[in-house]
Amino acid sequence: MHNIRSLDTAVSIAAPRAGDILPLVAEGLVFEAGGRRLIDGIDLTLLPGARTLVLGPNGAGKSLLLRLLHGLIRPSAGRVTWNGRPADAGILRRQAMVFQKPVLLRRSVAANIDYALKVRGLPRAERNPRVAEMLRTADLGDLAASPARVLSGGEQQRLSLARALSTRPEILFLDEPTASLDPGSTQAIEQLIDAAAANGTRIVMVTHDLGQARRLADEVVFIHRGRVAERTAAFRFFQSPVSKPATDFLAGDLVI
Amino acid sequence: MQDFTDAFVLAFGLIATGNTDLVEIVLLSLRVSLTAVLIAGLIGMPLGALLAVARFPGRGGLIVVVNALMGLPPVVVGLLVYLMLSNAGPLGVLQLLYTPTAMIIAQAILVTPIIAALTRQVVDDLNREYDEQLRSLGVGWYDAVGTLLWDARASLATAMLAGFGRAVAEVGAVIIVGGNINHVTRVMTTAIALETSKGNLALALALGIILLLLALGVNAAVLAFRSDRLEAARA
Repeated sequence: MHNIRSLDTAVSIAAPRAGDILPLVAEGLVFEAGGRRLIDGIDLTLLPGARTLVLGPNGAGKSLLLRLLHGLIRPSAGRVTWNGRPADAGILRRQAMVFQKPVLLRRSVAANIDYALKVRGLPRAERNPRVAEMLRTADLGDLAASPARVLSGGEQQRLSLARALSTRPEILFLDEPTASLDPGSTQAIEQLIDAAAANGTRIVMVTHDLGQARRLADEVVFIHRGRVAERTAAFRFFQSPVSKPATDFLAGDLVI
Repeated sequence: MQDFTDAFVLAFGLIATGNTDLVEIVLLSLRVSLTAVLIAGLIGMPLGALLAVARFPGRGGLIVVVNALMGLPPVVVGLLVYLMLSNAGPLGVLQLLYTPTAMIIAQAILVTPIIAALTRQVVDDLNREYDEQLRSLGVGWYDAVGTLLWDARASLATAMLAGFGRAVAEVGAVIIVGGNINHVTRVMTTAIALETSKGNLALALALGIILLLLALGVNAAVLAFRSDRLEAARA
């Protein structure tokens, strides 16, 4: 398998072309709710290539950061730009997100994928083979006609991921997609993520499973109290993290 | 108690012999109430979904009004429609008073707030779950409303049933705008009211039993449809 991986955090790949949506740049990102500053000035640049794993203690703001980047919520201050442009409907269509708790439509498994493609405006003739292909990829072929909501937790998340990937996103955000799954289902999800990354999809994933971060990460962004505590290449992060919160976190201490 | 026994004998006698007057009344009841519910659904469901999804000034007030209108007294609706359709009223030229159409209009007005309010509740709950996922997929608000209505279809069927129950059982509005004219605008409830006032309690009760069976039948039909096609998808 040919993987494009950049192991150095400061790596810069070929200059972005005009049609690219990356680099994704967050500048001075702040998010406040109920008088509390939950995201406290995050600057982050995501170039093509590496798989970025976002780690941090619960409540650090990992999910919020993902939703801010994806454009689901508006920052209180700061901005997110895609290759120099602010997000618009066209840029949103080139992204996808998988949520911690899969949100599946009350329709069949196949119809869930078909729906995402229909939203993208694909004609039926193109949708049908792609739905079939995604079902095969996610090993859900036998369940195509089943109602999506009666699937097991692992199957639901696989479908949710397959639906996200069916639109061939250039960047995929994942918010703890395996948080409540058994090891077998987790492995299936990780394989799908691996395959997507190999196909050139930029992966940005939140997890609090250190083992998973070791398996998937090219680089780690460690969030603490709404700030980026450190951003380090994965192999370096797990051996000798730079920041105190990350050191404590890896040592299994409570990071407060 | 004699009345009850008589009523049951009479009711099943009427059904068994297929009494033509009875059949006519039942069919008119069904036609008026089902048409009214259909119209109310066409207006109430998009309205309810819009109230659930859209954010605009005055939304909260509108929701309170729609919820309050669920308790609209049928006689008041009847009176208002009567005033609109009477010869002196603004719509008098249409000559609709004392026709089934007038009854349909009155019942549709009565039922629309019920369907709108129930739809808003159902769609609001579903939207809490779907909102971020749909926006992530790039679904516009217009398509989101359609998706939410379709995915809430099982609960919305119940809302339609509630509306039908209200329509088929009410007497106040249809008697005012319909006039309970034999062979023209006589429906189950107005017939019951008439027979009761005439002292034919057994016949009135028999009609009541048939009305109840009718409501049971419609509910059973919808439930069967739901369990076949929808229940699984709703899980």
